[in-house]
Amino acid sequence: MRYAPLSLLLCLAWALPASAAQLDLSIEIPRLSVAQYHRPYVAAWIENDSRKVAANLLVWYQQDRPGESANAEKGSKWLPDLRQWWRRSGRALSMPIDGVSAATRPAGKHSLSFRLGHGDLPALKPGQYKLRVEAAREEGGRELVDIPFTWPINATRTVKAQGNSELGAVSLTLAP
Amino acid sequence: MKFISSAVLIAALLTPFAAPAHDTWLLPSKTVLATGQWVTLDAAASTLPFIKDHAPLRLNDDNLHITAPDGTAVAAQNLATGKLRSTFDLQLTQDGTYKIAVIYEGMMASWQDGDQRHRWPPRGSRFSAEGLAKAVPKDARNLRVTQMIRRMETYVTAGEPDTGALKPQGHGLELVPVTPFNDLYSDEPATFQLLLDGKPAPNQTVEVIADGVRYRDAVNEITRTSDKDGHFSINWPGPGMYWLKTSLRDDKATKPASERNLSFTGILEVLSP
Repeated sequence: MRYAPLSLLLCLAWALPASAAQLDLSIEIPRLSVAQYHRPYVAAWIENDSRKVAANLLVWYQQDRPGESANAEKGSKWLPDLRQWWRRSGRALSMPIDGVSAATRPAGKHSLSFRLGHGDLPALKPGQYKLRVEAAREEGGRELVDIPFTWPINATRTVKAQGNSELGAVSLTLAP
Repeated sequence: MKFISSAVLIAALLTPFAAPAHDTWLLPSKTVLATGQWVTLDAAASTLPFIKDHAPLRLNDDNLHITAPDGTAVAAQNLATGKLRSTFDLQLTQDGTYKIAVIYEGMMASWQDGDQRHRWPPRGSRFSAEGLAKAVPKDARNLRVTQMIRRMETYVTAGEPDTGALKPQGHGLELVPVTPFNDLYSDEPATFQLLLDGKPAPNQTVEVIADGVRYRDAVNEITRTSDKDGHFSINWPGPGMYWLKTSLRDDKATKPASERNLSFTGILEVLSP
């Protein structure tokens, strides 16, 4: 039985493309008791050690509604409030982005999976990285949570971080 | 004579002239925005930047110049002059950096006639060499004709900062970004370059004042001096709006002026990281 997990791993490694890495992300949006609650805008991305965006994972914001009048205030107006994300990539992107942008989400835990080197998500070169999760809320605050990690990894690893105001528990599980 | 015919003396400007303690400022509502958004700007003169307690700027097509990222001129919307500040709006329809400039160019003569000191032209009138010749009496003493180029600029960006609107004009004192004007963060020093008539301006003293002077006991101005290439760097004490100014007098004036009075005022926003 000692060899079973290893052989299983080998099988998995065989089945996946060499560069495809699994990334499981859990983001908690805290429940806040405030008079006027608006769901936060949230962005998550992977940044390399020279602060360049290696992969955009998600942007939750109020997307344009079909049939909206031309004069209506567009939800994209507040995207610059995610100010790190805006600086690092948002301001150069044209929204919406397929597979990245989505509607805002309610309070609670949100689990998401990504496969790097698959679809539009690029594979990571070996190096030091940071997962950055940023949240900004109308009539609320803004918070940025970082999870540093080294790539590649040999074994599955979970790294956790805790937000204090606009974000709750953030955890990142990386599988080679 | 082309320059002189386009030179206009602005009445409002004489106020800061007569009382040199007053400086001018522009204040954009935001500087980092998404395409399509509006910004509103205030413009005024006061003893300390961003405090609305003295006089508005009389803005018009002669002195207010807005340049879009593609280099074209844009008109200000809803321009109004209040008691303490003037205001106008701008929609950022293009991606990139917009330059909002208030440029005062003109000439002014002063002389002594007996015990009296005279200035010409009067408020709101245009300077002309012919008019000057008629206005100055034969026995005037200490006749001085001064040319001035006072440039004030602020910048706002939709999307990514770029430099299409920031091409120097090669005329007077100007500021060129090394660090983009709308990519300033309180944890990173910023570097800019000063130009005089399009060439690096070395050894210029730059005064930098952060917004919020009313809520502290001292102005806490920061002073920087440009190096031989006209560069200077600022370590921002914190996020917020900043006002910077540099000025210079020289004798490279256009005739009939014999001396030049130049200044550059810049308004920049520094974000928290």
